[in-house]
Amino acid sequence: MQGLATNHGSAGRVLDPGGGFVRRGLIGLALCFVALFLVLPLVAVFHGAFEKGWRLYLAAIAQPEALAAVKLTLLATAIALPLNLLFGLAAGWAITKFRFRGKNLLVALIDLPFSVSPVIAGLIFVLLFGMQGWFGPWLADHDLRVVFAVPGIVLATVFVTLPMVARALIPLMQDQGHDDELAALSLGASGLQTFWRVTLPNIKWGLLHGVILASARAMGEFGAVSVLSGHIAGRTNTLPLHVEALYNEYQFAAAFAVASLLALFALVTLALKSWVEYRTEGKAS
Amino acid sequence: MAFHRILRSFTALALITAALLTQIAGCSSKDGDTAQPGTSLTLLNVSYDPTRELYKEVNAAFADDYRRKTGIDVRIEQSHGGSGKQARSVIDGLQADVVSLALGYDIDQIAAKASLLPADWQCRLPCNSSPFTSTIVMLVRKGNPRAIRDWGDLTRQGVSVITPNPKTSGGARWNYLAAWAFAQRNGRDPREFLAALYANVAVLDLGARGSTTTFVQRNIGDVLLTWENEAYLALKEFGADRFEVVVPSISVLCETPVAVVDTVAMRHGTRNAAEAYLQFLYTPQAQDIAARHGFRPRDASVAARYADKFAPLVLVGIDSFGGWPQAQARHFAQGGLFDQLYGGR
Repeated sequence: MQGLATNHGSAGRVLDPGGGFVRRGLIGLALCFVALFLVLPLVAVFHGAFEKGWRLYLAAIAQPEALAAVKLTLLATAIALPLNLLFGLAAGWAITKFRFRGKNLLVALIDLPFSVSPVIAGLIFVLLFGMQGWFGPWLADHDLRVVFAVPGIVLATVFVTLPMVARALIPLMQDQGHDDELAALSLGASGLQTFWRVTLPNIKWGLLHGVILASARAMGEFGAVSVLSGHIAGRTNTLPLHVEALYNEYQFAAAFAVASLLALFALVTLALKSWVEYRTEGKAS
Repeated sequence: MAFHRILRSFTALALITAALLTQIAGCSSKDGDTAQPGTSLTLLNVSYDPTRELYKEVNAAFADDYRRKTGIDVRIEQSHGGSGKQARSVIDGLQADVVSLALGYDIDQIAAKASLLPADWQCRLPCNSSPFTSTIVMLVRKGNPRAIRDWGDLTRQGVSVITPNPKTSGGARWNYLAAWAFAQRNGRDPREFLAALYANVAVLDLGARGSTTTFVQRNIGDVLLTWENEAYLALKEFGADRFEVVVPSISVLCETPVAVVDTVAMRHGTRNAAEAYLQFLYTPQAQDIAARHGFRPRDASVAARYADKFAPLVLVGIDSFGGWPQAQARHFAQGGLFDQLYGGR
């Protein structure tokens, strides 16, 4: 790590002989990019949302269909997150701390939900659980519904967010190696104690980062959920789908109002992350 | 302050999630047509794109009517999307008690591929099971700056046309067939005419709503080919001071049929309510709502009341194309006429 840091420093000096010209240029470019692609759209969403006044904004959000969409989105996220956490921890732990046959295959498979287009992911579940699919008739006989119902939406959300936590943890855990764990075990700690006292504290920021990314993705997922939803207003529309429906109904202000709600969720997640980081750092020093 | 707000919103989120979980656990009661006065049931109407506003109003009227007649509370859920896509979803298991789609071919597919209703479904209700019809008209910008009066003007050089893709959109297929009918009856070679028309198409959206948004919101194109009801909705939503409807000399009679999906309704025990719902569409009350939303009513007295809204024109039915199966195979199937004349440019 020390060597790396020095390298970065000298590289910076070599790259920037013109008294900060390159540096300022790069920073300016980055800021322009952020303003153009992140800040401007965000401003546009909130501008569109309040264009027809805050009364209409509140009415759009208080609509039963909008509230149902909020509930469904949060439900899908609330189910996907713990599953993600469990899977991510298990996968990260297994891949970085043990050697086993088929490890590379597992690493490759974890990335599958990222490499597969979400629409295809949705269609996979339709092919599996739809009426013309492998398990559809059996499910129907037992009065169970997966596609075009809440379970399908949850399934799609879990699928597309599955690699998030694992992906955030694996490089971190690889970097840390297992010297700390070996030390703990040699001093007589049990496996569980090692996990709680040594591994978890080491990876908590990576874990938090992964969870935040996963929740953002879960709330914003459109493609896979769109295929599996059936678009029943007030029942199987998540927030992104509800935004689309409103837009198609020419209720542009309402569409932006609900979109701003989605953006607000993202901002809240971000704020929460910053706050937790700030608190923990304050304690540490 | 910010911290408190965050905490408050999280408490709210937690409460909502908890409420929903209990609600899911508690809503497994089965509807039955044995439904007694004072009970309630839910119907799902799976429909195509431009009927959202229509069915919102019709559903409320039907719920009142049904409660008065039977004492049963009926709630109708709506699902909207491209007609072909919606049919596909029903085939794959979307629990539609009732379908109301853009063309009979899509309901035929449900009967053929999933056997959820009999093949002769279209004979079960009056007027080919189509309680209202529509036709294809043109929407132009105010003052009609490109002087577009009829189909023939669409192939002029420099005229930019907006219409959706007939491969994915039911409305787009009607657009295509209307232009075909015009060419046939005006001594033009239909293939050349349509090739010239589609060469003028600026944006080929997936569905009718997408095309309207392209034309109206994004200001692309000189003329939009669309459902008559969709054109009226655009006038209402975006102002008659910005657009004009042009009614061509000839167009297609679009029958947009409805059907009870027997297998699903039987399993839900909602068959009687579903049938009452579809029959309600033929009542003067529902016909009046349909006419107000720009659909051509079948009821003569209602039609007379809205005579000035629906301009008379020559209307050609799907029969003159040999019915949907034949029209689909000849024009819109993989490698069909549309592929030849659009891909070959």
